[in-house]
Amino acid sequence: MRDILLQGFLRSPLTEPRPAADDSELAALSAQLKRGVDKTFGRSLAIRHVDAGSCNACELEIHALNNPFYDLERFGLKFVASPRHADVLLVTGPVTRNMREALERTYAATPAPKWVVASGACAIDGGFYRESYACVGAAADVIPVDLHIPGCPPEPIMLVKGLLALLCPEPANLSILTVPHPS
Amino acid sequence: MPTLSEIRDPFPEMDCRPWPRRLIAAPAWRALVEKLAAGELSLLGLWGEAACVHMAVLEPSPYSVVVASLAAEDGGFPSVGRRHPPAIRLERAIHDLFGLRAVDALDDRPWLDHGRWPVRAPLGAKIPALASPPAYAFLPSVGQGLSQIPVGPVHAGIIEPGHFRFTTGGETLVRLEARLGYTHKGVEGLMAGATLDHAAKLAARCSGDSTVAYSLAFAQAVEAAQGLAPPPRAVWIRALMAELERIANHLGDFGAICNDAAFALMLAHCSVLREHVLRACASCFGHRLMMDAIVPGGVRVDGAEHAEIILRGLVATIRLALPQLAALYDNTASLQDRTVGAGILKPELARRFACGGFVGRASGRSFDARRDLAYAPYDKLSFDVPVLQEGDVNARVWIRIREIEQSLCLIDQILTETPSGDSYAETATPQAGEGLAIVEGFRGDILVWTRVGSDGAVERCHLRDPSWFQWPLLEAVVEGNIVADFPLCNKSFNCSYSGHDL
Repeated sequence: MRDILLQGFLRSPLTEPRPAADDSELAALSAQLKRGVDKTFGRSLAIRHVDAGSCNACELEIHALNNPFYDLERFGLKFVASPRHADVLLVTGPVTRNMREALERTYAATPAPKWVVASGACAIDGGFYRESYACVGAAADVIPVDLHIPGCPPEPIMLVKGLLALLCPEPANLSILTVPHPS
Repeated sequence: MPTLSEIRDPFPEMDCRPWPRRLIAAPAWRALVEKLAAGELSLLGLWGEAACVHMAVLEPSPYSVVVASLAAEDGGFPSVGRRHPPAIRLERAIHDLFGLRAVDALDDRPWLDHGRWPVRAPLGAKIPALASPPAYAFLPSVGQGLSQIPVGPVHAGIIEPGHFRFTTGGETLVRLEARLGYTHKGVEGLMAGATLDHAAKLAARCSGDSTVAYSLAFAQAVEAAQGLAPPPRAVWIRALMAELERIANHLGDFGAICNDAAFALMLAHCSVLREHVLRACASCFGHRLMMDAIVPGGVRVDGAEHAEIILRGLVATIRLALPQLAALYDNTASLQDRTVGAGILKPELARRFACGGFVGRASGRSFDARRDLAYAPYDKLSFDVPVLQEGDVNARVWIRIREIEQSLCLIDQILTETPSGDSYAETATPQAGEGLAIVEGFRGDILVWTRVGSDGAVERCHLRDPSWFQWPLLEAVVEGNIVADFPLCNKSFNCSYSGHDL
């Protein structure tokens, strides 16, 4: 173990630079940003992930956010184990009918103020499963959604950009501000 | 009891390729069930249609596959699960989706249907749903001082949803019962009538971590159904992708299992290697998980110009790092203390459930579809199938490490031997037919059976995840372990929720 730790000290960090706020890509996020996230949370967000029936590809890429390349915690973003600790629900999957109640109850268990990010093609509009007897479709059909992160699955860098947009409503991002959150 | 050849001969043979499907009668069906119960055959799959049920079994030495179909009389068929427990959940799923009842079944509780769909038997008679979802009757555990811990469907980590009902006596697990079906998306319903392009996309999303293996199995089944052979180059590139997927998943699991034993250092190092694999895949094949890269007819992406250089570099990187990590795993007493002897799966149980992948191979079941059914190009490649007898978490870790090493060798061979030429062939005229494919994904053997119509659309497609025969065993292995070791046991199995629930 000593050798591996030593190598870690001697090697330069693997961490990717913080992605720039790219107007064109951020515009594609169809964001509904909330003014004052910054003030309220002091640039730190606790995220609770809810799989509402995804194929698990989204989860693999969300997991990758914690690897040393993306290291999400350096931005003050961290995943928590309970909705009661969360500021943000990160929802994946086409909301299967079997998961609908669980999603609603998770939302109800999250203290306000809270934000919901629908991540991946399925959570945005039901994706390939829109017409299925077993799925509700978009996460927004079940709970209020503030931000969409596109992709099938969204790549980690896209997830970082989306979450940073929620965290830092910079001028470039504010231009795509729409209605404030109802809660 | 009739022999297998007697089951074969008198019954009409349907044109299912490469293994024919026989329409059999109830006595022959029962005879097959007895052979399963006696351990002479292994169950590969059991699935329904509107008015019949199909069963695929594996015959050992030399391995061959037999598919049998039975017309459902009065909406029922003789239960397989009554004599052969691995079939129980498959029968419950058939009932939920098609409304066909397993006569004399031991367990007639619903499985995928939680009473939330607008209809019951959505792929069969489409009966209107009940007014309110019925309560699920968990199996009782009776004893002094027992308590229950319900967990899920929303778990504490970044995991798929499922419900676990633990019964504990103090810290010790007395019983675990899983309730699954939360991620049921109705994939087989959406498949019916879908174009091949669309169906291939659905197949690629059965279980995201096995997207390559599912795409490969679906493509092979369709090609078998239509009597087409993909270009030779495509066959090799597919295997290249399949091995990359296997390595990425095994690396992820290796790190995650150690992390569940509170050894985060391994997760950090393994996730770096995994990220290297995914980035190499993105550079070579345009998608980190290589989703939708394999389609019926070949591969959509032939591989970037510098693919060979990138992948040879990747292989060298992993070869350098993996022995260090394996040594670290082996030499860390606190980690070994958690994994050795935890969650033991007895070889007898693995064999009975025909449990595939690292779970089966860590418990003495030496089956690997790449070797034993020898689909191309694995018939031309040389590799070992590592097998251990211990069946504990530690054995499942070591099988993964050894399989990564084997996959690195396979990638070397594939890079050297891949022929040049086209990697995709357009199907000229759509042809009707029926095909079956069994492909070794990282988790175990995936079975896909499909019938394609003359209009080139899918009439019916069934996809069976290896997890069907692993989830029930997880319940068996955690018995007698402490609650805190459940995550460790669970991660060492790493069953798919989505692939199972479909």
